[in-house]
Amino acid sequence: MADTATLIGRPSIGQPTRRVDGPLKVSGGARYAGEYFADDLLHGYVVSGSIAKGRILSIDTSAAMAIPGVVEVFTHENRPRTAWFDSKYQDQVAPPGSPFRPLYGDGILYSGQPIALVVAESFEAARDAAALVKATYAPEEHITDLDAVKGQSYVPPKKRSGIAPPPEPRGDAEAAFAKAPVKVHETYRVAVEHHNPMEPFATTVVRDAGGKLTIYDKTQGSQNAQAYVTGVFGLNQSDVTVVNAFVGGAFGIGLRPQHQLFLAVMAAQALERSVRVVLTRDQMFTLSYRPETIQTLSLGSAPGGKLDAIMHHAVAGTSHFEDYQEVVVNWAGLLYGCDNVKLSYELAKIDTYTPSDMRAPGATLGVFALESAMDELAYAAGVDPLQLRLTNYADFDQNEDKKFTSKALISCYEQGAERFGWSKRSAEPRSMRDGHELVGWGMATGVWEAKINKTAARASLTETGHLEVSSATSDIGTGTYTVMALTGADAFGLPIEHVTARLGDSSLPTAPVEGGSWAAASTSSAVVDACDKLKQALFKQAQSMPDSPFGNVDFDGVAFRDGRMMLAADEGSSVKLGEIVRSARQHRMEAEGSAAPDSATQKEYVSYTHSAIFVEVKVDEELGVVRVTRIVNAVAAGKILNPKAARSQILGGVVMAMGAALEEETFADHNLGRFMNHNFAEYHVPVNADVQDIDVIFVEEPDDKTSPIGAKGIGEIGIVGTTAAIANAVYHATGKRIRDLPITIDKILA
Amino acid sequence: MKRFDYVRANDVGEAVAALAASPAARIIAGGTNLVDLMKYDVETPERVIDINRLPLNTIEATESGGLKIGALVSNADLAYDSRIAERYPLLSSALLAGASPQLRNLATTGGNLLQRTRCYYFYDTGTPCNKREPGSGCPAIEGVNRIHAILGTSDQCIATHPSDMCVAMAALDAKVHVIGPGGERTIAFEDFHRLPGDMPEKDTNLQPGDLITAVELPAEDFTAHHSYLKLRDRQSYAFALVSVAAALKIEDGRITQARLALGGVAHKPWRDTEAEAMLKNSTPGVASFSAAAAKVLETARGYGENSFKIDLARRAIVRTLKQAADGTPQSQTDKRIR
Repeated sequence: MADTATLIGRPSIGQPTRRVDGPLKVSGGARYAGEYFADDLLHGYVVSGSIAKGRILSIDTSAAMAIPGVVEVFTHENRPRTAWFDSKYQDQVAPPGSPFRPLYGDGILYSGQPIALVVAESFEAARDAAALVKATYAPEEHITDLDAVKGQSYVPPKKRSGIAPPPEPRGDAEAAFAKAPVKVHETYRVAVEHHNPMEPFATTVVRDAGGKLTIYDKTQGSQNAQAYVTGVFGLNQSDVTVVNAFVGGAFGIGLRPQHQLFLAVMAAQALERSVRVVLTRDQMFTLSYRPETIQTLSLGSAPGGKLDAIMHHAVAGTSHFEDYQEVVVNWAGLLYGCDNVKLSYELAKIDTYTPSDMRAPGATLGVFALESAMDELAYAAGVDPLQLRLTNYADFDQNEDKKFTSKALISCYEQGAERFGWSKRSAEPRSMRDGHELVGWGMATGVWEAKINKTAARASLTETGHLEVSSATSDIGTGTYTVMALTGADAFGLPIEHVTARLGDSSLPTAPVEGGSWAAASTSSAVVDACDKLKQALFKQAQSMPDSPFGNVDFDGVAFRDGRMMLAADEGSSVKLGEIVRSARQHRMEAEGSAAPDSATQKEYVSYTHSAIFVEVKVDEELGVVRVTRIVNAVAAGKILNPKAARSQILGGVVMAMGAALEEETFADHNLGRFMNHNFAEYHVPVNADVQDIDVIFVEEPDDKTSPIGAKGIGEIGIVGTTAAIANAVYHATGKRIRDLPITIDKILA
Repeated sequence: MKRFDYVRANDVGEAVAALAASPAARIIAGGTNLVDLMKYDVETPERVIDINRLPLNTIEATESGGLKIGALVSNADLAYDSRIAERYPLLSSALLAGASPQLRNLATTGGNLLQRTRCYYFYDTGTPCNKREPGSGCPAIEGVNRIHAILGTSDQCIATHPSDMCVAMAALDAKVHVIGPGGERTIAFEDFHRLPGDMPEKDTNLQPGDLITAVELPAEDFTAHHSYLKLRDRQSYAFALVSVAAALKIEDGRITQARLALGGVAHKPWRDTEAEAMLKNSTPGVASFSAAAAKVLETARGYGENSFKIDLARRAIVRTLKQAADGTPQSQTDKRIR
């Protein structure tokens, strides 16, 4: 019989595991970028501009400079020189264009643009002085309203790296749509959303006596930030270390370096002091956002709902200086089998900052439109919405003409529907009630790409038998620390307390930004590889030990458990791992490993995560109030490495979807060209009272092709499709089809 | 945030004297709104007078059978005070509909009366605002005004008063006790807050040097028929799009007394005594409730994004009066609307 105590002490991949960084986080021991100190630390406060477009005529810093404690006020007039070429400012995930350069010149490109940095001996003095910096402007006519420029949309001439443009059309979608007996043709929109992670953007630059910089930055990629800083400021890589050991949420806004990083390093270099710059909550609304996107969906089907035509066209807003792109329309050609498909994606320029990736970028928008339209088609064709999805189920990817590495979406539909009780649904809108509330049941499909990115990791074993696994990846609250420690513990059969995970430091083995749901699968695969190599090195060393029990076996003949290497065939013959290290006259032995996508697999296969979401809403129709009372989200994402953290990821995605569906909206005053509700009182995200039952199911999905470890990634799939399922439930409850998120009281009453 | 002097008053006399000495000073109690506004450079007092040590934190019975609530009684203590909960459940309910437990622990009765609008432009010194900077203009009128007023607006300002507590106090016919350079006086709740007119920078009729000492509730019993319904963009921790406080006395199937006040719709808690008069002597039901709602909204005007509030307010008034008449007041914990 298995020894329970041992099982608990020695975790394995797939076992629900508590966060190893949890105690640090709940006790305040985890330090974030704005919480590091230096002896002579200066504090920077950003002054944000108030017009959307034009030039700064004058900027008066004299009153600010007169405040006691103020050391310098940097503006475009006195900023130090930085790199000339655009390429130096382009980070790993930059879209095509000319990246914004803080304090570069007198030009104003968007409202809220940083126009000065006040640096003082105290935060209070800097803030006080910042209010006294007075700029006068020569405003120029601006346009921030996408509707005003959507007629001038264009196909982006340069594609953004890593973002697949829409596939070539297949069949003849227009002709097929024209003659389809059942049709849906509608326009869908989602309001501008700002990422709003809990932790504001912050950078603390600690400058040592020799001028070397340790930069504590809020970022999703320490090495991306490091490359940006060395490029822009002409520094050597060996003189700049970027640390992001803890990140208080990011949702994509931390993929690109933000302006406080530039300003903090600029000030530290110019003043030869350590400097910290923290943005305010309001200034968080001067950064990137999820772009407003106008989507038109046309679906044509046979009477039973079999799709014969899909057309999906999107126009998205971007800035005047970069062509931000994301995958909005491709999902419509991927998710369902259809021979006549035409997909197009265009941009239109407005006078705002460049939009950026925000949790499931593109898919959150595109799949909302697609899955809303599918629900409309179900009613138009008179078939059950779930049945419609099954009727059009895609067994291979028609966009790329490739097979799926795995696709257990049918199980998602089946298990989700069973758990939710979908079969008890009455089809007619407005047919279900609970007292005076209308009840609505809606469903949708979710999909997100599954991939790994080239990532390195190191495994290191000390003479005391303690394992450290490390990589320059980030943990933005997703559970990377835990999954790395769990992987190391699993590889060596060690209790998790005997494993330390290190990440969030640019000096660690190379890793990409944490995004795209690839971190867990990539990093843990690299950790497995590093551990394998370290185990082989340990085996070799152990064979050379005097009286080694391993002299006559090869590597496959040994096992690792509880801090020992043993003969697989005779567990009594074992050596402590620490002893092996000591026998090599070392304090530690280490090995590096890596993981990367397999190009041969990629030629034949594509990989995606999928989900089926079922939602119950209750609507007080007279007052327009919608409550989401129940959500079941069934997810197929390959092997689930840590079901506990994975569930949390899905819960977070679902709650974020509730926000997008019902609450989140950044209001722009187009007269002023400015976002107005820039605080947490007026920019609404769900609160506890909004969130009721959420049930997460992970269906079995064996996958040996996406990543060596068998995982796909779950950071984003929870949000995709969930907004549509909520909107579809609102339709079922009320008979009102709302195609413009968020679904607020006024839209229900309209 | 501008630097400021800080003084602490140890008794009411000291506070009044300190205020008289520097009329541009601001009183600080809970600070839940003032400190934010100072950080935003919207309020830039040169001096802050801390009154937290003043003996104004008790709730006492009045000779006429009502209750007198000290200006420093916290919103939480007030909401959960057994006399308030039993005799003025409408006030408890309105308090619990507002803010969050943390804020209610800190926010005071007097401070709640003086909280300022949540208009986006008022908070953003990068934009014009007649309330913040008289004469600079009101971008809300043709801009982002989803949360703005539909009643009693002016061409200078369409901001709303954000309080929940005050809506219930207006309906309960409370009185505000103040002390100023000229001594003590009381102000009827109706007269305490003002409409924007051409002086939107002035939220209330307090005179320079006035200090709120208490709010008095008269001895009236609406415990059988009352409700506070707050409609907002999420289920908790959001300011009202529209809120309604209703209190009725019903005898033999007829309304003998009615109180009706709205929040989120005007520059002040919007009590309508004409609508109350219409309800009096009527039979409770959709017909009389709808007529009262129509009366309240007779002069309502939308500005685009907030135009839906007119219809929403009408529906909310009818529902709240029904909840009150049925004796099923809205729960502030169960989010299902009754």
